[in-house]
Amino acid sequence: MTRSAAGVTAAGSGPPRATAPGDPEGDRRAVVTGIGVVAPSGIGVDAHWRTVTGGIRRTGPITLFDPTGYPTRVGGEVPDFHPAAYVDTRQLVQTDRWTQLGFAATALALADAGLPPRAPDPYDWAVTLASSSGGNLFGQRELQRLWGGSSRTVGAYQSIAWFYAASVGQLSIHHQFKGPSGVLVAEAAGGLDSLAHAVRTIRRGTSVVIAGATECPLSPYALACQLRSGLLSTVDEPAAAYRPFDRVAGGYVPAEGGAVFVVEEREHALARGARIYGEVTGWAATHDAVHTGPDTAGDPATYARAMRLALARAGSTAEEVDLVVPDALGVPRYDRSEATALRAVFGDRPPPVSTHKSLTGRAHQGGSALDVATALLALHRDTLPASAGPVDPAPGCELDFLRAPRRPVSRVALVCARGFDGFNSALVLRGAIPRQRSATD
Amino acid sequence: MTGRRAVVTGVGVVAPGGVTRDRFWKTLTEGRTATRRISFFDPSPYRSQIAAECDFDPDAAGLTPAQRQRSDRYVQFALACAAEALADSGLDLTDAERDVAGVVLGTAVGGTTALEQEYVRVSDSGRHWLVDHALGGPYLYQALVPSSLAADVACRHGLHGPAQVVSTGCTSGIDAIGYAHQLVVDGEADIVLAGAADSPISPVTVASFDAIRATSPDNDDPGHASRPFDAHRQGFVLAEGAAVLVLEEWEHARRRGAHVYCEVAGYGSRSNGFHMTGLRPDGVEMGLAIAAALRQARLDPSAVSYVSAHGSGTRQNDRHETAAFKRALGPTAYRVPVSSIKSMVGHSLGAIGAIEMAACALAIEYGVVPPTANWTTRDPECDLDYVPNVARETPVDVALSVGSGFGGFQSAMLFRRLAVTR
Repeated sequence: MTRSAAGVTAAGSGPPRATAPGDPEGDRRAVVTGIGVVAPSGIGVDAHWRTVTGGIRRTGPITLFDPTGYPTRVGGEVPDFHPAAYVDTRQLVQTDRWTQLGFAATALALADAGLPPRAPDPYDWAVTLASSSGGNLFGQRELQRLWGGSSRTVGAYQSIAWFYAASVGQLSIHHQFKGPSGVLVAEAAGGLDSLAHAVRTIRRGTSVVIAGATECPLSPYALACQLRSGLLSTVDEPAAAYRPFDRVAGGYVPAEGGAVFVVEEREHALARGARIYGEVTGWAATHDAVHTGPDTAGDPATYARAMRLALARAGSTAEEVDLVVPDALGVPRYDRSEATALRAVFGDRPPPVSTHKSLTGRAHQGGSALDVATALLALHRDTLPASAGPVDPAPGCELDFLRAPRRPVSRVALVCARGFDGFNSALVLRGAIPRQRSATD
Repeated sequence: MTGRRAVVTGVGVVAPGGVTRDRFWKTLTEGRTATRRISFFDPSPYRSQIAAECDFDPDAAGLTPAQRQRSDRYVQFALACAAEALADSGLDLTDAERDVAGVVLGTAVGGTTALEQEYVRVSDSGRHWLVDHALGGPYLYQALVPSSLAADVACRHGLHGPAQVVSTGCTSGIDAIGYAHQLVVDGEADIVLAGAADSPISPVTVASFDAIRATSPDNDDPGHASRPFDAHRQGFVLAEGAAVLVLEEWEHARRRGAHVYCEVAGYGSRSNGFHMTGLRPDGVEMGLAIAAALRQARLDPSAVSYVSAHGSGTRQNDRHETAAFKRALGPTAYRVPVSSIKSMVGHSLGAIGAIEMAACALAIEYGVVPPTANWTTRDPECDLDYVPNVARETPVDVALSVGSGFGGFQSAMLFRRLAVTR
């Protein structure tokens, strides 16, 4: 198989790729050619990258509603998001902010990939996004009308705006994505699962799959619900509120937004001379089979098994991994168990770990998708960004947190995520060799 | 592909008119309807006051008090179905098998009913926009995130393989089984509890469908309100329920001498990219989904011996899918029995796709096709054999089931009797 075209290589050195299930010949491979970020870190990949490399914290007091009466008052909001720039008037009235964020991220991803906004071959393009809480704000407004109003009615759009498939349905109409589509929920882990499912879909014959996730859990009711998880930070000072792996860690800051990707069949991408960020080479999901509670910490062995399976599926060894982007829940017992899982996989020679969730807050499934964006940009821009903390690692959380930027060597990244009530996912990405380095590599 | 195949070795059902697999099948084959006036709350303020409710007893289903407190009603349904399906499969999982045993469940609206009930409390019946979080129940977060559905089933049975919730509206059930099928075929799991659950019978859901006049207002005759393919249909009847199938890798099932209902032979899905709730009468995308499923199964349209229709009982659906069957099946469309069990058990949104797949597995098992109940008057636009009112004994080698949902999703799945393929 041709390994380079248009000046890029989708896969570099390293052992041959493991025979892939569902595609034993391995002739349909999935690469990422477009990234759309709409997150507290900014709108667009450049804004996101500036936030990540600059270590700039973007969380702050919640402004989408008055959080005064709630124990959690800090959140991660998308700065200067104007839905009307991405969504027409008719769609605006029938969609939740979560869907509007998805519209923006998808439009940015398509433009970034150099693809047209409407699929030229609709049945060959598809969309699979993750969504863990649907159209909260829209739903709360309609519940308020139903129970607080004079008649027991809701608006005509409630039935299409609140449910979890609303964003994917609207996007399929707007962009004419008519291939096999999906909506996944695995709490925060599903952002990674959506990319894995994009690869399954591509291996079965679809050329372009939009994947990723956006979320908007910042409505009064959604916050009230999240408070019951027992995992939210109640620290009022934004700089101190979300400090994963640190001695002062005390929960996470909720956030909105996320990232959407254009995942494309490799030959399809090469044929049009597309810029390739990297290939999705491995993935795995496992479940702890234990509920999350005040005394649980997640099962490091089951989490480690997901990481190992993903690496094996990618044909990558632990030694090859350049960068780990962890889940970084920010709850001490979960941070410790994540560190334990990483040590179980990587032993005495752990790869650098870099996390930026403290800068943006945790946007649930959108947050794990955002970590994929960071990892792909790191590989593509030839810079592993320094980790945004911990300043003072908690006992048991001593990992090789990247203190200064570094160049990747083998261009393999492992992104990890966990979801409430026992979900574990891992995704392996292999970066394309950047054009300027390919001659000397 | 890898040569790995997925078979169905266990079936569990919670449906209106029949909680448990056997009672469900008895309801269907007797052509009994389970639609009635809503009893869960006073439905009088609403346009549609009817639904198909499950007479579900959590105690009889073996749920512990802790499970009943933690899990919303739709999750309880799934727990009951999963236990029934696992028992039916005869699987006694080893630790090694638990690592390759997953859960993939669909739901359209997840914890909506619980979220609404809690909202009434925390907002003081809609008086406060800034709701009082302190009044929320201990499991409010589990209600917000429908991933609880897969998590609770994985926790109850100690399953450590991939767990996922698929939420593509009214095709969630078929799509969840389709996702599970891919996990088995691709070697990501050997065993998957696959299915779907929904318990949407609550004021907000009823009002949502009132607002777009999608549900039947035939409040005077609830037992005959769900009338798919009948000229006098008036919309669908909301329902609740769940079904879970044990999908098992074929060699794994064969080695242990398991009873096999059928093979999951093919799955296809397409979106119409047309409208969030509207359907074009041409049925193009549903036809393409059926064609994709047939291609994957390497089956000719003439091999299809039963079609489990979406058959929601709206005029646009009935025309749309009748056209889709003609497109995808050609002349076979006119001679194959086509029926909609929604005429009896209503439309349980995401769950019904899985319940209909359970019916397909049982149709293959028993050689009986369930009828379309309440069919009295022929609609000139719907001119296929809808198996009116009375179940039909006929061998079923290949069953096709389709689903169509808000968002434009169209999905199709084929089950095949195993003997036919060997």
